Amino acid sequence: MSKRIDVKDLNVYYSKFLAVEDVNIEIEAKSVTAFIGPSGCGKSTFLRTLNRMHEVIPGGRVEGEVLLDGDNLYEPGVDPVTVRSQIGMVFQRPNPFPTMSIKDNVLAGVKLNGKKISRSDADSLVEKSLRGANLWNEVKDRLDKPGSGLSGGQQQRLCIARTIAVKPQVILMDEPCSALDPISTLAIEDLINELKSEFTVVIVTHNMQQAARVSDKTAFFNIAGTGKPGKLIEYADTATIFSNPSVKATEDYVSGRFG
Amino acid sequence: MTTNALRRNGSKGQAGDKVFSGAALGAGILILATLLAVAIFLFIQALPTFTADPTLITGGEGFASYIFPIVIGTVIAAAIALLIATPVGIAVALFISHYAPRRLAAGLGYVIDLLAAIPSVIYGAWGYLVLAPALVPTFQWLAANLGFIPIFAGPASQTGKTILTAGIVLAVMVLPIITSLSREIFLQTPKLHEEAALALGATRWEMITMSVLPFARPGIVSAVMLGLGRALGETMAVALVLSTGGLIPSLIKSGNQTIAAEIALNFPEAFGLRLAELIAAGLVLFVITLVVNLIARAIIARHKEFSGAN
Ligand SMILES: Nc1ncnc2c1ncn2[C@@H]1O[C@H](COP(=O)(O)OP(=O)(O)OP(=O)(O)O)[C@@H](O)[C@H]1O
Ligand SMILES: [Mg+2]
Repeated sequence: MSKRIDVKDLNVYYSKFLAVEDVNIEIEAKSVTAFIGPSGCGKSTFLRTLNRMHEVIPGGRVEGEVLLDGDNLYEPGVDPVTVRSQIGMVFQRPNPFPTMSIKDNVLAGVKLNGKKISRSDADSLVEKSLRGANLWNEVKDRLDKPGSGLSGGQQQRLCIARTIAVKPQVILMDEPCSALDPISTLAIEDLINELKSEFTVVIVTHNMQQAARVSDKTAFFNIAGTGKPGKLIEYADTATIFSNPSVKATEDYVSGRFG
Repeated sequence: MTTNALRRNGSKGQAGDKVFSGAALGAGILILATLLAVAIFLFIQALPTFTADPTLITGGEGFASYIFPIVIGTVIAAAIALLIATPVGIAVALFISHYAPRRLAAGLGYVIDLLAAIPSVIYGAWGYLVLAPALVPTFQWLAANLGFIPIFAGPASQTGKTILTAGIVLAVMVLPIITSLSREIFLQTPKLHEEAALALGATRWEMITMSVLPFARPGIVSAVMLGLGRALGETMAVALVLSTGGLIPSLIKSGNQTIAAEIALNFPEAFGLRLAELIAAGLVLFVITLVVNLIARAIIARHKEFSGAN
């Protein structure tokens, strides 16, 4: 239930603007990979190319290959809908569907593409997913209430539950804790640790301690200046990146001497 | 001694705040007052109708039997218009907001807005000269093949000037209103919610049903209500397109009448009790509009908890 991702010579554009240049990276299955780097270096942009969400933005396009267990996501004839059902995404701002109940939010992705699910299967999937997202105890008595009535941290875990309910191969998270308090953040970090037994997880974060706490490998992205493309500077085991990086810029960044 | 430094001390910004809230309140009151004044005017002018001897009312059987058929006619015409214009309008709006390439979308949006500005007499003339004759064969086919359904009972009108034609003309007239308002609302759907659906593996249509339509629901209801307002109150187009008559179930024979067209056709020569009668008809139209709007508000309010506003 999880696959690896290999990225080869990837360039990412917004219309004419080259936002991310020449990324090569190999992400292991059942691991947590953190992307770090200064604001504007293209972490979100790159992350969104991993499940073809980048092209949702007008003018967004890529060159190069992203392989999911060897299958190129960008090969002609590949349906982005299929890609996204295998590679889920959690966004920076929690975004449960406001018009749906908590339960329907969890099932939203499961019922897509005309799939039917029996009531008892649905109930057990809802419970399993919410337990998986450490939210079950908090919401089990109000599954029919709107998802937008939860706290920010609960909403984010609801979004994670919704994502794991479709049983993806990979889960991408773009600063999933940046809108949350430290306690909700810890809850989500614990969750990420549990998720990696089943899923491949990629997380973008500005929080170095978080990267150090949750990830097995860390990728440092940087940008030479405004208007220049972002690049992958260094990619290694998290311990190496934080204690013994081989590039000066990485060391400056992780030790806070950036700028 | 107890002067609190945090107490307000009449700065310019504060005065601006007061002026604005005063102006907003004034405008609100003005609208309510106007509405009330219209209602009172209609009621006073219409009063003789309700007190007069029923035999003196047009038709000779009192106001209720005079007004009933044209209320039904009004409702039928407006219902036909909305039944056609709502789905088409929403579909066109969705096409413009979520399917068409950006250039085409801008052009189409512009054309639709222009359509909304065309005077109703032009739609009426088009309905009378072009649409009505063109519909005659269709009406004949309907009468021949579906004539067993009361609404398509024959013989079909030879001129095509029927309530169905009037409803279609009204549909064309309200279409731009519904389209243009819906499009605005569809475009405002938060990207966040659209992306939430897409990231779960939704197709574009699924994204629309999961994110766009639920978000736009109250707006669509408002758009339809505005369209309905125009359909209910339309005089010229109906007067030109419909050859009037008593209430009949068939939509493809001459017959039926709407309140607005009844008023417009008869107002110039009316005086005395007949005038009061027409104004009473206007009052009824006013009440219908109010009731429909209240129902629409209630529909919106019922889903408040799930509106995403919390
Ligand atoms: N929709 C867009 N259209 C055009 N350019 C964009 C768009 N979104 C981002 N960019 C540009 O792409 C570059 C990378 O942006 P991106 O959002 O990926 O950075 P980031 O590393 O995620 O930053 P942050 O840490 O602040 O989230 C920036 O120069 C940004 O201005
Ligand atoms: Mg970002």
